[in-house]
Amino acid sequence: MAAAGRAILTTVRNTGRALLMLFEAFFHMRSMFGKRMRHEVMNQMYIAGIKSLGVITVVGMFTGMILALQTGLELRRFGLQQNIGTAVAVSMLREMGPFMTALIIAASVGSAIAAQMGTMVVAEEIAALEIMSINPVRFLVMPRLVALMVMMPLLTVYTNMVGIFGGAVIGTTQLEVTMTAYFDNARLYVVNKDLYVGLLKAMVFGIVITTVACHQGFATREGAVGVGQATRRTVIISFLTILILGYIITRMFYTL
Amino acid sequence: MIRFEQVHKKFGRRTVLDDVNFEIKKSEIFIIVGLSGAGKSVSLKHMVRLLSPDAGKVWVGDDVVSEATGTELERIRARFGYLFQSGALLQWMSAGENVGLPLREHTRMGDEEIDRIAREKLKLVHLEEAYDRAPADLSGGMRKRVSLARAIVRNPEIVLYDEPTSGLDPLTSRTIDKLILETRNQLGVTSIVVTHDLHSALSIGDTIAMLHEGRMVELATPKQFIASKHPVVRSFLESQYITTRGEWEGNATP
Ligand SMILES: Nc1ncnc2c1ncn2[C@@H]1O[C@H](COP(=O)(O)OP(=O)(O)OP(=O)(O)O)[C@@H](O)[C@H]1O
Ligand SMILES: [Mg+2]
Repeated sequence: MAAAGRAILTTVRNTGRALLMLFEAFFHMRSMFGKRMRHEVMNQMYIAGIKSLGVITVVGMFTGMILALQTGLELRRFGLQQNIGTAVAVSMLREMGPFMTALIIAASVGSAIAAQMGTMVVAEEIAALEIMSINPVRFLVMPRLVALMVMMPLLTVYTNMVGIFGGAVIGTTQLEVTMTAYFDNARLYVVNKDLYVGLLKAMVFGIVITTVACHQGFATREGAVGVGQATRRTVIISFLTILILGYIITRMFYTL
Repeated sequence: MIRFEQVHKKFGRRTVLDDVNFEIKKSEIFIIVGLSGAGKSVSLKHMVRLLSPDAGKVWVGDDVVSEATGTELERIRARFGYLFQSGALLQWMSAGENVGLPLREHTRMGDEEIDRIAREKLKLVHLEEAYDRAPADLSGGMRKRVSLARAIVRNPEIVLYDEPTSGLDPLTSRTIDKLILETRNQLGVTSIVVTHDLHSALSIGDTIAMLHEGRMVELATPKQFIASKHPVVRSFLESQYITTRGEWEGNATP
């Protein structure tokens, strides 16, 4: 009982600290247009964007294929398999696109950020920045936050495209739906809102990943072991938060 | 210039500083020695509030650094240069960029001027050729020297050196000793040097303080230090083959 209470208290306190750091990072965004920061932001975008493109392609493709196969087989029982285009497109745009992209980015980019921040704590680099009166939140967190807030939606658009294409492949090869029929159907029933909600999610997930990763990284203690722990926690906490926030956002925009 | 007033510090149940009192005068070269884990690095960190005491005060000039926050703390920290024991260079920047970083962040100097000053400081530590190299490609001793160049790039009033010569060859060590002496003689810099190297401690130090199990067991001039009767100091000196007359005593003594 007492242990559970303590755990809840710790979680609340950590969330509070992470949010404070996030607000501070937002506040420092006004300095992102300076020459040096702009360069750093671009650099972080490149790192976040390029690193995971390969994995994202494979995951996006197969997500679309699974969606098509799964729903397609059900729909065919009622002779409705020509609606497969809509089914895949809507699921990808609203849910699976942002979700899958976020999981991959959390596991690759988020964990890398946590490891880097953790290593910097252990090597006294963060302390060195503080002595030089260089705010670590402005110097390290802000560029990464901006980069992921921009790159997550862009990568999600890419995942969506690959996923929808994957669905089309299944549609033509296994469900006897032609390419044209597939895409016509998708265009007919998908609304802009589906895209926007998905992109909003993607941006929120980007914020979650950076915040969790930086907060965990900065909280690293006890050397190399601590860095490993920070990385592991980042992935787990990001996954959970993404799942829960994803549900809440869907619930907000699509009431029954 | 810097004063510790009844400073206590615990980590968990471990007492690391136990009622530490001392004063460092302006332009002094103040040496801190002690066994590994004695609390030397912890003491340095208290001077710039990377750590705060559980009880007691740390003064820097007329300011209580141990209670300072915000812009006041920034102003105090700006008076310091800090050479970390681990070097603490940013891995993704070249050595030269690391040295120039404080200037880039806090002055309106152009890139060329920053570049020129960074090269000048690297030259002081005999590393001008390392300007473009990444910290990961440098040896431990070289990293330390780059870090030293960064610590002094803004010409601070007070420089904290955490083991500046550990891992360096004897010749380079003497260069660093000379650098510490010169910055004091030319610019009146106050230097606090943590070291295990008694030879450099005895030759450049004005005052030598020995920490042992959280207490300051000796605080003396080099002359008094080697004559100290304190058993901890004695065994420390003997471990480096130094006699009460300050002579080196080993197998090779003629
Ligand atoms: N942030 C910290 N958290 C917990 N314990 C710490 C922390 N920093 C230092 N300590 C402990 O305080 C004691 C003194 O550490 P300190 O780094 O000052 O030693 P030192 O005298 O510099 O030794 P060395 O010569 O090995 O560098 C050690 O036992 C260390 O484990
Ligand atoms: Mg130390």
